[in-house]
Amino acid sequence: MSKIQDELKKRILVLDGAMGTMLQRNKFEEEDFRGQRFKDFPYLLKGNNDLLSITQPEAVKAVHRAYFQAGADIVETNTFSGTTIGMADYHMEDLVYELNYQSAKIAREVADEFTDKPRFVAGSIGPTNRTASMSPDVNDPGFRAITFDQLKIAYKQQVEALIDGGCDLLLVETIFDTLNAKAALFAIEEVKEERKIDIPVMVSGTITDASGRTLSGQTVEAFLISIEHIPLLSVGFNCALGADQLKPYLKRLSQNTSLNISAHPNAGLPNAFGQYDQTPEEMQQLIREYLQENLVNIIGGCCGTTPEHIKLIAEVAKEFKPRTIEVEA
Amino acid sequence: MAEVDCKKYLKLSGLEPLIVTPESNFINVGERTNVTGSRKFLRLIKEEKYDEALDIARAQVEGGAQIIDVNMDEGMLDGVYAMTKFLNLIAAEPDIARVPVMIDSSKWEIIEAGLKVIQGKGVVNSISLKEGEETFIHHAKLIKRYGAAVIVMAFDEKGQADTYERRIEICKRSYDILVEKVGFPAEDIIFDPNIFPVATGMEEHRRNALDFFLATKWIRENLSCAHVSGGVSNVSFSFRGNDKVREAMHSAFLYHAIQHGMTMGIVNPEMLEIYDEIDPVLLEHVEDVLLDRRDDATERLLDLAESYKSETKSTEKAIAEWRNSSVQERLTYSLVKGIDEFIEIDVEEARQQVDKPIEVIENHLMNGMNVVGDLFGSGKMFLPQVVKSARVMKKAVAYLLPYIEASKDGKSSSAGKVLMATVKGDVHDIGKNIVSVVLACNNFEIIDLGVMVPPEKIIETAVKENVDVIGLSGLITPSLDEMVYLAKELEKLNIKIPIMIGGATTSRAHTAVKIAPEYQSTVVHVNDASRAVTVASNLLQPEMKSKYASDLKDEYAKLREGYLNRSREKNYLSIEEARKNKFKIDWGTYQPSMPHFIGSKTVYVELSDLVPYIDWTPFFQSWELYGKYPAILTDEVVGEQATNLFEDAQKMLATIIDEKWFVAKGILGIFPANSVNDDDIEVVTSGGVDKFLSLRQQSQKTVGAPNIALADFIAPKDSNIQDYIGCFCVTTGFGVDEKAKEFEKQLDDYNSILVKALGDRLAEAFAEYLHEKVRKEIWGYASDENLSNEDLIKESYKGIRPAPGYPACPDHLEKPTIWKLLNIEQEIGVKLTESMAMWPAASVSGYYFANPQSKYFGLGKIQKDQLADYAQRRNISIEQAEKWLAPNLAD
Repeated sequence: MSKIQDELKKRILVLDGAMGTMLQRNKFEEEDFRGQRFKDFPYLLKGNNDLLSITQPEAVKAVHRAYFQAGADIVETNTFSGTTIGMADYHMEDLVYELNYQSAKIAREVADEFTDKPRFVAGSIGPTNRTASMSPDVNDPGFRAITFDQLKIAYKQQVEALIDGGCDLLLVETIFDTLNAKAALFAIEEVKEERKIDIPVMVSGTITDASGRTLSGQTVEAFLISIEHIPLLSVGFNCALGADQLKPYLKRLSQNTSLNISAHPNAGLPNAFGQYDQTPEEMQQLIREYLQENLVNIIGGCCGTTPEHIKLIAEVAKEFKPRTIEVEA
Repeated sequence: MAEVDCKKYLKLSGLEPLIVTPESNFINVGERTNVTGSRKFLRLIKEEKYDEALDIARAQVEGGAQIIDVNMDEGMLDGVYAMTKFLNLIAAEPDIARVPVMIDSSKWEIIEAGLKVIQGKGVVNSISLKEGEETFIHHAKLIKRYGAAVIVMAFDEKGQADTYERRIEICKRSYDILVEKVGFPAEDIIFDPNIFPVATGMEEHRRNALDFFLATKWIRENLSCAHVSGGVSNVSFSFRGNDKVREAMHSAFLYHAIQHGMTMGIVNPEMLEIYDEIDPVLLEHVEDVLLDRRDDATERLLDLAESYKSETKSTEKAIAEWRNSSVQERLTYSLVKGIDEFIEIDVEEARQQVDKPIEVIENHLMNGMNVVGDLFGSGKMFLPQVVKSARVMKKAVAYLLPYIEASKDGKSSSAGKVLMATVKGDVHDIGKNIVSVVLACNNFEIIDLGVMVPPEKIIETAVKENVDVIGLSGLITPSLDEMVYLAKELEKLNIKIPIMIGGATTSRAHTAVKIAPEYQSTVVHVNDASRAVTVASNLLQPEMKSKYASDLKDEYAKLREGYLNRSREKNYLSIEEARKNKFKIDWGTYQPSMPHFIGSKTVYVELSDLVPYIDWTPFFQSWELYGKYPAILTDEVVGEQATNLFEDAQKMLATIIDEKWFVAKGILGIFPANSVNDDDIEVVTSGGVDKFLSLRQQSQKTVGAPNIALADFIAPKDSNIQDYIGCFCVTTGFGVDEKAKEFEKQLDDYNSILVKALGDRLAEAFAEYLHEKVRKEIWGYASDENLSNEDLIKESYKGIRPAPGYPACPDHLEKPTIWKLLNIEQEIGVKLTESMAMWPAASVSGYYFANPQSKYFGLGKIQKDQLADYAQRRNISIEQAEKWLAPNLAD
């Protein structure tokens, strides 16, 4: 049994908060994104946050460090868009292996700076910007901009690089189309089999609105059934909603699975300027309710959350025992 | 009920969950979205009417189906494409996609294509130990990884389980492998222990239902968490056409099966009586059969069933009645029903009522034909009826022509002029003639250039006659190249006439990938006579033709792109690797059977001897009636038409035999042979040594499956075993064309097409007949064989007779070798055209392989390395080799 499973029996683990929100504080410009290495790259690179692991590694490491200092047990690598599909927007498909490898490596280095308690690095695997079970063209509902096989190949490359770079676990997150996630899980299983290794996998879906369904239309229960065929460390939800809007769906999840449950909600809903203004204290109160109702085993933050949020979440997490699992079947 | 303590439930999902708990009622699986079970669905998929196909899926879900079974297994369909497309479309319909999908196919690539497009957890239907443990484990592992439950058929290397003991033996073995070796969740395993027909009259079928019940109970008690499913309608197969009895049987069967632990099943809710409402007498008789309670149960049920048969009504009165209606109604009636008895009287009456005789055509007759067109378009009339309508129409027009010419008031305006031709080198024209007839019915003027039409003649006629559409047809693979060539030539001359492509060898994919890019103007693939009218009208309608043309261009461009993308994903072995992975036969233990006859000889046979060997299913297909003979005769949709057509065919067949319309001639040879250099077969005859060249499968196979070439079935020379090979050619085609022409002269397209279709069937029957003679007597390697015609059609015999131009050896250039070895042209008069089509068309040729391990297979795509190797062996240029093998070259 891996170390993280032992830790999960002892306590509620804390996941980090937003990476993008923190990196934005650096106010990086085009030249900062490019660094020395890509100064002559023929396409614009500003906005390619994943690239900063190579061109501004110290800034990325500083974010990881800040979250660990705030009390996070797990940080996510800076690889949310790190597939050939995501990188196609920047014409950087050839860089995918290195991006993931470097991101994992620097997160590992920061984690190893902390020796007080076990700290883990989760390889972040985002949803890509295409959907395998929905058509982007309303007039042609049978059309698909991406296939399962294309996704599987892209994810496999990302997974191999993340593992080579030193991740302890993998986090398939922000799933708005379950078929994309199934392709990622398929790729992970292939890598596990080929390398004869085991690596814990977290899966985190996204409920987009008050309909209580994923963007691809599945209910909480259907989503759960669709990804449970792979051995998982945890299942949960993240993004799109704040902690209060997410709560009913976490409840439904926890009633239906014996897996560990994770949640990393946004800092509330965005305001009119697209900013998140839920304070750390407000969020802490909502998370306290999660814990009182025995809903989660792993808790963290998504868009708009900062080390200040994570610090208060880590404090409240300490007060509670891990969620005990009481489900039939 | 039997329920071992299982805490794990079968959980499935579409957009919503479906959890099967011990409290769940029986799970109903919708069966209408299955091309093998629903003619209507098959037609819609073939015609790419996916919107209407979705309506069927929706109606099922609304009607209470908790899972929908989707099956695209049909020879003429690209199953992977159809499965992917349909499931993708379902995904966009939340009211359908809410339920889980059952991906139903006997082909792994179709199953896998389905698994790649469903986001929920579906069910695979099905896998089994049929091809051995290795394949079974491989597929199960992948299914688990894709995230689906699985139906396991009670089928193993030895065959399908048909007793209680075999059922539980295979299910137990499958279960242990899945749970222990694959780690498959036990609750995701669903067994299908085979529902077979009862009351067939055969002693060994008596326990079919009872054994299913007992096996179900055993599975539920002994194989923890596993479920049981099955296709229920099979049980009542012997009572086709007697719905009352069938419905009672289904309900009683389900009642007992559920009692014994069956959890789900494929059921047509319309064919189900409520158990408690079944007539008690009928119920008792049915249960006697299902539970095998009495020795005379079958006879008693058969007797009772007679009394439930619907009575046939007398039609005499109806006939008299329609003669009393108005002249327009009578003409319409004659056209719709295909009756020519009164047509001249009625046309004459109509002619006297109008000013100009042409008005009878333009009004009365066209009104009637519009009704025919509408009924055909909406699937309420079938092709044989339409062809009969056309016959009536032609007779009516012929009657009017002298009057029209006399009054000199010009020609009727046609919907458009269509040139029809079977391309150079090809002699097959049944499909082309059907399309011509259907178009003519819809007021198109047809210029039919016949068969083997050179491209220059097509172009010259198209220009001279100023046609609106060119229709090209072909059945053999070299015809595909002819079509490409013609498109290029038309393009060079800057001609803009739209082209319609059709024929058995053509496909949308080929049209899109190979023909359309060569021609600026429109190219469209039409493989269904029923679609030809719509397509031709769309091509010519002034308001919409440009939009239609550009839509087609887009559609084909997309198809092309998808096709090219897809073909890149396949993996191939080099020819050396493929040869290493050949089909292995242990020559050490094999002793070839010494033929009773060596050399070649001609064979003459009475046509009447061939009749029992006729496979009727393809006959119905050539009339676009889909279904297996004899079940098709009682099919709920096309049964009546199929029966009428069959009666006409039987009548003509009797005349063909009585009046000796055709001559059946055949020739065969058996020669010493050995395989050499892996893929060649060396044949020794009195004239010297010749070689058959075989081609080898090159696509990467699943673990354990070989890359086969026909040469693998013949002992290699270095084994020092003397092996043998046979080859043959048979024809029943002499006389066919003459008879067809006679009918055409009498304006009788229906019988012209019918006589050609029967010629084809007799030639195939001859090939079957001769193969049996070879197996049992002439070669004599299976002298103890005893098979029914049904078994022959299922190819249950030992040894094979593959034909050049078909999947196992697509290479038409093997035919000249056969012709040379047997001196065919001189001996029986069958010739080869420049495209290697046989003339007369009703001919069959091929090889004989006697090895009991030999089997039919499809070559699939081959690579450039094999092409080059083949060109060298054949001693032709690579370009020539490419031309002949084009359809089998991987892009």
